[in-house]
Amino acid sequence: MEAIIPNSLVWMIFLLPLISFVLIALFIKPFLNNSPRISGYITISAVAGSLILSLWLLTSLLNTPSHELIIPDFNWLIIEGSINIHLGLTIDMLTVIMCIVVTTVSLMVQIYSQGYMHGDPGYHRYYVYMSLFTTAMLGLVMVDNLLLMYVFWELVGLCSYLLIGFWFHRPAAARAAKKAFIVTRLGDFGFLAAILVLFFSKGTLDVSQLHGYAVAGAIGSATLTWAAIGIFLGAAGKSAQFPLHVWLPDAMEGPTPVSALIHAATMVAAGVFLVARMFPLFEHSPEALSIVAYIGGFTAIFAATMGLVMNDIKRVLAYSTISQLGYMMLGLGVGGVAIGIFHLFNHAFFKALLFLGAGSVNHGTKTFDMRFMGGLRKVMPWTYATFLIASLSIAGIWPLAGFWSKDEILASALSENTLLFVLSMITVFMTAFYMFRVVFMTFGGEYRGSEKPHESPPVMVVPMVVLAVLAVVSGWFNATGGFSHLLGHGESHSFTEGFFGILSHPLPWISLAMAGSGILLAYAMYSAKWISPHRIAWFFRSLYVLFSKKYWMDELYEDAIGQRLLSDRLFAGMKLLDSKVIDGAVNGVADTVVDIGNSVRRAQSGQLQLYGLFIILGVLAIVISLLIWG
Amino acid sequence: MDFNCLSIIIFLPVAGAIVIAMVPGLSARLIRYIAAVFTFIPLVLSLVLFCAFDRSAGMAGAVQFQEMAAWIEPINADYHIGVDGLSMPLVLLTALLGFLVVLISWKVELRVREYFAWLLLLETSILGVFCSLDLLLFFIFWEIEVIPMYFLISIWGAGRKEYSAIKYVIYTLFGSALMLAGILCIYFSTGSLDMIELSQSGLAMAQMVIPAAPMFFLLLAGFAVKLPVFPLHTWLPDAHTDAPTAVSVVLAGTLIKMGGYGMIRICLSIFPDSAQQYAPLLLALATINIVYGAAVTLRQTDLKRLIAYSSISHMGFVLLGIFALGELSLVGASLQMFSHGIITGLLFAVTGLVMHNTGERNIGKLGGLGKQMPAIAAIFTIGGIAAMGVPATSGFIAEISVFLGAFVSKAVDGLHIYTIISMLGILLAAAYMLLLIQRVFLGPVLKKYSGVKDADKLEFCYCAVFIIAIILVGVYPMVLTDVINSGIAPVAAFWGG
Repeated sequence: MEAIIPNSLVWMIFLLPLISFVLIALFIKPFLNNSPRISGYITISAVAGSLILSLWLLTSLLNTPSHELIIPDFNWLIIEGSINIHLGLTIDMLTVIMCIVVTTVSLMVQIYSQGYMHGDPGYHRYYVYMSLFTTAMLGLVMVDNLLLMYVFWELVGLCSYLLIGFWFHRPAAARAAKKAFIVTRLGDFGFLAAILVLFFSKGTLDVSQLHGYAVAGAIGSATLTWAAIGIFLGAAGKSAQFPLHVWLPDAMEGPTPVSALIHAATMVAAGVFLVARMFPLFEHSPEALSIVAYIGGFTAIFAATMGLVMNDIKRVLAYSTISQLGYMMLGLGVGGVAIGIFHLFNHAFFKALLFLGAGSVNHGTKTFDMRFMGGLRKVMPWTYATFLIASLSIAGIWPLAGFWSKDEILASALSENTLLFVLSMITVFMTAFYMFRVVFMTFGGEYRGSEKPHESPPVMVVPMVVLAVLAVVSGWFNATGGFSHLLGHGESHSFTEGFFGILSHPLPWISLAMAGSGILLAYAMYSAKWISPHRIAWFFRSLYVLFSKKYWMDELYEDAIGQRLLSDRLFAGMKLLDSKVIDGAVNGVADTVVDIGNSVRRAQSGQLQLYGLFIILGVLAIVISLLIWG
Repeated sequence: MDFNCLSIIIFLPVAGAIVIAMVPGLSARLIRYIAAVFTFIPLVLSLVLFCAFDRSAGMAGAVQFQEMAAWIEPINADYHIGVDGLSMPLVLLTALLGFLVVLISWKVELRVREYFAWLLLLETSILGVFCSLDLLLFFIFWEIEVIPMYFLISIWGAGRKEYSAIKYVIYTLFGSALMLAGILCIYFSTGSLDMIELSQSGLAMAQMVIPAAPMFFLLLAGFAVKLPVFPLHTWLPDAHTDAPTAVSVVLAGTLIKMGGYGMIRICLSIFPDSAQQYAPLLLALATINIVYGAAVTLRQTDLKRLIAYSSISHMGFVLLGIFALGELSLVGASLQMFSHGIITGLLFAVTGLVMHNTGERNIGKLGGLGKQMPAIAAIFTIGGIAAMGVPATSGFIAEISVFLGAFVSKAVDGLHIYTIISMLGILLAAAYMLLLIQRVFLGPVLKKYSGVKDADKLEFCYCAVFIIAIILVGVYPMVLTDVINSGIAPVAAFWGG
């Protein structure tokens, strides 16, 4: 594949899933409802096509000197002299990497879903949403205009809403879907404000033009900082960064393959991608960049603490995702695009795998509660093996994928900010602990549930094996700095001395020691039972309560602010004002007019004598006034 | 202008009304078909006009498909109609909804003859308002609309229907009385009733009977009641709640657009200076409309009342776009009028189906209908998503244009603040729409609704038309913006674009 990919095929990367969406939604679902498998096959082939084209796009890009392709655009919204929005694609390395991540994980998840969703009455609907999601996600990473990015940004949020609430008859799922949409829209408020500020300041929303202005210093520093903060607010909503992280754990109510694709690998990482895409703006605003770093670093450790104590396997993974997204933000904040995106790249594979593993466990045991699992390594060997690989990868054990990107972040943090370095080191320990707590509680010991567990069918296992391979090797791309180089990182903060060379530095040994002690502690508590988890929980009981109650942030947001302050006080007060005061005034005016009419009506009695009397009185009054003032 | 059919579009519905009312012995079924035919032809013709509309830059501001005939010569009143980029989409919208509401009314069984006669007369009057280029003609069409509305609400309505109908009539007449005074002032100042001439020459040469500002406000009052602008909005929830479904669709879909249209066509075009001077006041009211309207919406418990209050919030965006006085913001306001027409039209239509099929309108007593009426749930969700301004729907493109246009407009001070506050409206819109969807369609299935019907073929078809329109405009906004901008550009030029 030496040839450069034709423009029309670049469009097809984005259009194939769209065609699949339209086909299933308009034709298969209404007319071929009895043969559900078809929708799955259509989606899988569309995504597979996009993946192949993305790979071709990558090779084409490597063969072009500028590592950039500009695809001719279409007019979308043009008002002469006012606004000029073209639907165009600009393909750079960042785009290609994201395309490959999205299509790979999506393909694996779609294949896996054939087993997981087998027999679900909403099978067609599931693939309708999944196709639409893949389309929107690819659109988001490919378009070159901020407004169109916002379009796809909102569309992935919509798909997330629809998929979290996929089993909408469950009240928890319905609530979680709504919560996810509203919390992320709170962040989007910032994103939209940033779009307005940039449009006001420069009159364009073209990403590369905005980059140019930012690099040339043509945007005022205050404007730049506000715009960057607004963008980050949007990113924080999507990527579940503190204090907008509350929706992601609840989003686990959706089907597990959805959690793997949307709430682990791709959509939640869109926030990180957005910051990376707009990085020139952040680079020229030190304040904004340090906000990114601090929020990221804090979110990483904050979410990890809650992950320590959850008993629901998906919730642990959800907090782990929040924590890892925090790492990516930290990586962007202290290191730059390459470092943040490299972790995104690796994380997509191992975290999707972890979720698919959790789904497989659920498929066998019908529960997500780890207290009713145990001993599954014997009955589910493939699931166990792949889950273990992913856990080692996320814990950052050499030479698996997670090790490489995590160490780059740690190294950058060390050179930039000691506090953030210490926090992220502690997080390494926690990550290893909670992941191996999951491993030991789920796969180790004896089975504690009531269902008879079984290994999942090959259609689910094969995608997990593929992802397991990626979870091992994806980090090697940057062992010698190749990945960073592609993303235009000349100078590197990381150790790029190759596969073994990296071990000549002290830092990797420290992080390996931290991760190893986390694993050891998990082993001691949940496998060897040297230490009783209950005694630990009792010993740190105030912390334990704090973590397991999630810092009471749900209660703060939903009950105190959402319900009591806003809905029951403010909005109810406005409703009362509307019905009593404003409409009351309207009806009051009407009543007064009627009353006046009633009282004046008495004068119109119909008696001519009375009218005569009024006439005489009137004439007299005129005559007298004429005599006096005339 | 070799092919001209604007008069046919306007008067075919009323011709249908006369046929229905006068020809004896028509069966209910035949009446429905007559109504459908007499609204379908105007729809086709207005689509033809829309396609034939000249969008080239040279035609900016030009009135197309004009018809002119002397009418009352002593006072210079003419029968003068025509459309420009501002009114063309609204004519199309009115013709579209005019046909769809006949389908929506297919199941009306009470006094069918009168019902469809009034409904068709209503369509003619609204089309007349959007096409009139003579102030007197405009006013007459404006006033005709009240009569069918009164009967439609008070006979075929529900709940406190007489109260709501009278409230609507009196409120509207109160506004139009002030408007008539304004029109008279214009006439006695200039001696002209021609809207095109007035907007081109302005009032600069005129010997004013009263200062421009009071004239501006007299005219604005009529439009502000109709839009409606806070605090003149309380007729709207009552009228919507108690009106029959099809009338709610017309009311929300096209009638209240007469307010926004009048503001741009008359208040802004004839009084550009007053508009600029008093814009801060109206922008503040727009912000209140949006945020306060949405906040009150959140607390509603009646299905139709909730949608009605959401209209108040959405029309705030129109007001914001208009009085931001920027080209893009005005285009956004026009888009929002069109978009709100189809979105809220759809929402009222499908709400009517929910209420009809379940016999319940209290949100607290509904629930879990997604399993029992999947098609209605899907349609409602699409409408709700559009009302929240999610991309790929017309709601998004309209609201984003208003925001972008208002934020960059330099005609008025403080627009940044108004715009940012108004953005809270889309946050609250997500909250009330999702809450509504959750409470009505999601959650566990309720036994008492186990036998309810889903949408039938006809209902599904007219909802599909709404959805296609919503998505078409959302995905490719240029179908409308080209036309709209040719009407907006000369207006916006007053304040430097």
